[in-house]
Parts: sequence; C-alpha cells; structure tokens
Amino acid sequence: MNSSSNLIDALFIFVLAGFIGFEVIRRVSPLLHTPLMSLTNALDAIAVVGAIVLVGEHKSTLSAVFGFIAVVAATSNIVGGFFITDRMLKMFKSSRPAAKPVVK
Amino acid sequence: MTPELAGSQIVIELVYLIASVLFILSLKWMSSPTTARHGIWAGEIGMLLAICGTLLHHGIVDYRLIAIALVLGTIIGVPLGRVAMTAVPQRTALSHAFGALCVTLVGSAEFYLRAPNISRFMMSVLSLEVILGGLTVTGSLMAAGKLQEILPQRPLTYKGQNLVNFVLLAVAVAIAVTLVLHPGDHSLFPFMVLIALAFGVLLIIPIGGADMPTVISLLNGYAGLSAAAMGFVLDSKLLIIAGALDGSSGLILSIIMSKAMNRSFTNVLFGAFGQVQAASAAGEEARPVRSATPEEAAAILSAANRVIVVPGYGMAVAQAQHKVRELFDALSKRGVDVRFAIHPVAGRMPGHMNVLLAEADIPYDRLIEMDEINGDFPQTDVALVIGANDVTNPAARSDASSPIYGMPILDVDKAHTVMVIKRSMNPGFAGIDNPLYYLDNTLMLFGDAKAFVGSIVRELGGGHG
Repeated sequence: MNSSSNLIDALFIFVLAGFIGFEVIRRVSPLLHTPLMSLTNALDAIAVVGAIVLVGEHKSTLSAVFGFIAVVAATSNIVGGFFITDRMLKMFKSSRPAAKPVVK
Repeated sequence: MTPELAGSQIVIELVYLIASVLFILSLKWMSSPTTARHGIWAGEIGMLLAICGTLLHHGIVDYRLIAIALVLGTIIGVPLGRVAMTAVPQRTALSHAFGALCVTLVGSAEFYLRAPNISRFMMSVLSLEVILGGLTVTGSLMAAGKLQEILPQRPLTYKGQNLVNFVLLAVAVAIAVTLVLHPGDHSLFPFMVLIALAFGVLLIIPIGGADMPTVISLLNGYAGLSAAAMGFVLDSKLLIIAGALDGSSGLILSIIMSKAMNRSFTNVLFGAFGQVQAASAAGEEARPVRSATPEEAAAILSAANRVIVVPGYGMAVAQAQHKVRELFDALSKRGVDVRFAIHPVAGRMPGHMNVLLAEADIPYDRLIEMDEINGDFPQTDVALVIGANDVTNPAARSDASSPIYGMPILDVDKAHTVMVIKRSMNPGFAGIDNPLYYLDNTLMLFGDAKAFVGSIVRELGGGHG
C-alpha cells in the first residue's frame, strides 16, 4: 500500500488537483469569497473518512479515542459548513427581475 | 504495481471518484451567485456518498461508536451553522481549528499505530500533516478568540519575537527530521505536536484585527494542505483532492488579500503592523474638520444623483447594515443611484461586507468591487463612508512615509462630497491618521453608525420609526 509508485501517483493527483483548484477558484466572484471559504471548509472535512475508519477498526484505545474526537470535529464542520453556506447564498439576491425567481 | 482490489474496495474507490468530481463541480458553480446553490447540493451529495462509501470499508467492526460521533458532531455543527452573519469570521476561524484538529488527531493516531514501520517519505508527510495541523488548530483558535474579542485585538509584540518563533519552528522541524530517520523514537512525537501547537499561538499573537482577512485565508490554506498530507498518509485520493482544492483556495485568497494590503505573506506574518503605525500617528496635532448634522447630511444626499456607500468593519460592529438598507431604499425611491464600493479587505474576512449587505437584502448587483468602481468616484456626488477607515486613506497614494503607502484604496476623496460617519476623531483600528478627514470636501458625521444612518433615514422620511 505504501509502495513508491503509489506515492508518485498520489503526487500526480495532488499537483493536478491543485491546478484544477487554482483555475476553478480564480474564477469565483469576490462577492462570494465568504461562502467560498465556508464551503471549502465543509469539503475539507472529508477528512472525516479517515477518522471513521480509525474509530471503526478500533485497533487501539488511543486510535479509537483520537478517531472519535476527529469524527465529531469534522462532522460539526460538515454540518455547520454546508448549513451556513446555504444560508449565506440564499441571501444573495439580484435586483434585476429578469433573473430566475429565488428558490426558497 | 497496484495490488488486486477486492470487490467492495473497487466500489468504495468509484464512490470516492464520483465524490471528487462533485467537489470540483461544487467549487466551479461558486463562480456566480446564480449557480452557487447548486454548488452546495453537489458538495452535500459528494460528502454523503463519500461517508456512505467509507462505511462499507471491510475493516470496520464498530459502527456504534461511529454513529455516536456522527450524531455528536451534528449536534455541535447545527448551532455553528446558525450563528449571526456578523459572527461569520470567528465561526470560520473556529471551523478551521476543528478541521485541523481532526487532521492532527488522525495523523497522531496513525503514527502510533504504524511506528516504527514507517517509510521515510511517509514519516515526512506525516510530520508535515501534524505540524501544519497543530499550528492551524491553535492559530485558528487564537484568531477566533481575537475576532470574538475574548482576546485583545491589538497586536502583542515583544523584542526578539521573530527569533523565538523561528527557533521554535526550527526545533519542530529538527524533531521531524529525527523521526524520519528513526521512526522508533516514540517519545519525541508528542514534543513535535506540542511545539506546533505553541507555534500556532505565537504566530497569531502579533496579528492585529486589520490583518485578519489575510490570516484567516492563510489558515484556510494550511488546513487544506494538512488534509492533503493526511491523504498521502492514508493513501486516500479523495482526501488529497479535497485538501488540494482547499489549499489552493486558501492560497488564492491569501494572495488577493495581501495584494489588497500591498503586503507580502512574510510581512503579514512577521510584520506586526500595529506597532509602526502607533509611532507615526503619535506626532499628529489636532487639525480642524468640518462636521454636519443628520439633517444637513440628508439634504445633501437627497439632492445627489449618484451616491456610493463605502462600508467597513465599523458598520458590522455597529450592526448598521439594516439601517443602511433603509437608507438605500429611501434614496432609491427618490431616484438616487446608490451603489456600494467593496474593498477586498473591508471587514474581517474575504467577502465579509458582501455577506452582511446581502443579509440586509441589498441586491448583489449593487455591490461593486474596488477596481470596477474606482473610476466612477470623480462623477459621484456623494461618497458616504460608514465605518471604513484605512481603505479610504489617500495617504496610501501620496505619502511615502505612511505605513500603508502603496496599498490600493477606494478613491473616495475624488467624489464631489465625502461624508464620513465616525464615532470620534480617534484613529481607526490600525492607528493611522487619515488625511481624508481634513479635506475641504469632507464632512464628518460624528456618532454611532446605526443611530446616525437611522437619523438620516428619518429625515428622508423613509424609515420605520
């Protein structure tokens, strides 16, 4: 699992994803920089998958306890992050009636 | 090459692939307010898929504990999603701390499970994960404390501060190197984590409130990079992708913020802004200013054709955004063209002003970025500055001795009339005197922003009491 070819693969993925991130996020309107940050924060909490495995495998008490706290911390970021991002985006309304009606 | 994957493993990896695509789409849709909410749905579906996929993992034996943790996290997360919009900067800092806490704990647990059978590359990445994660935990907590005003907002500096920080970081790196060479040295690991935690505190102590947008962005980037490092450790492509996306987002925002303050990263982190300015402001003597009453301000505003409002952190502190909306409505009804000029570092985090004004129901197409609106000030009748200071300071353009010289500003002084709502003549947050206040075309409106705007609205006959 830790073979060097896997690590090279991982590096490729990291660099390419970094480029995609750079290009995509460069285009985000400055208007939405605050919701962008809370959204990336929620997405970053995908680290919860590593923590879930730690808790579930229960290989040692330490790993289960650390994993447990980690799952709690990450889940609160997922729930809180998506929730507040949605609340913020709902508030952005255009004055132009031509735009689609805001979905409540 | 790759070992044969079990059937369930293939399913999990495919689910992760779909989640990765959804995450990228999620960010792509954030490019415009009209598609942004699709972005949330994509993100949520991706997240749900990834978590469900993970639960299929064959090694999992204990589902009960996972369920309890997920429920507990949800219970904590819901109130964090419901905070007032004015509290969003500290909430964001707090969530950076939570994210980094997760990464640091998982990294530490992995170390104790695997040591001493850790390859050098793996140990390097793991060290990077816990050092970045650790300093982000305490750094973000400090930032949240400062933003919540539990901790003093003024920068705290002392002699040799940078040296202390540098030495501390060097020690942490030295421990990391030792661990890379001898991963069996269990006892060293906690010290590396502790030093990273201490470093995070010391890193934020000298940071003042005006630098918060840059620092929050930077911590966002660190949190992302530490998550990506965790992806390497766990061999999780999904985590590497999510971490890289978050890391690049934090990096881009930090660059935008630093540019908007005309400062480099190192300057923000090691500069201790406040000290310099306190010295430069000290020599100022009292100069005459012109002030006006709400009646006079209302008369000037209603006679104007074009008005640009410049909001700043002071507007958020005074909770004046809803009164500002009433002013916007009252003036718009009279046929005055009202727009808002948004400086990238106005407020305490990137985009802070936009969120507050959107919350007050001001249409987003009235919120104009600095570069786009700066050319319009000479044709503007009134520029109304509410709780903004440094971002309007003409010294940034003309006075090479000013600590903010070179910082891009909103050219409010070019408007025919400038009105500044301000509590008193005390210098603003960064402690720099603002020559704008002494110009012939400037009127100072002394008072609380919310109360003053309310009075103007009453004069215009558009308020609700």
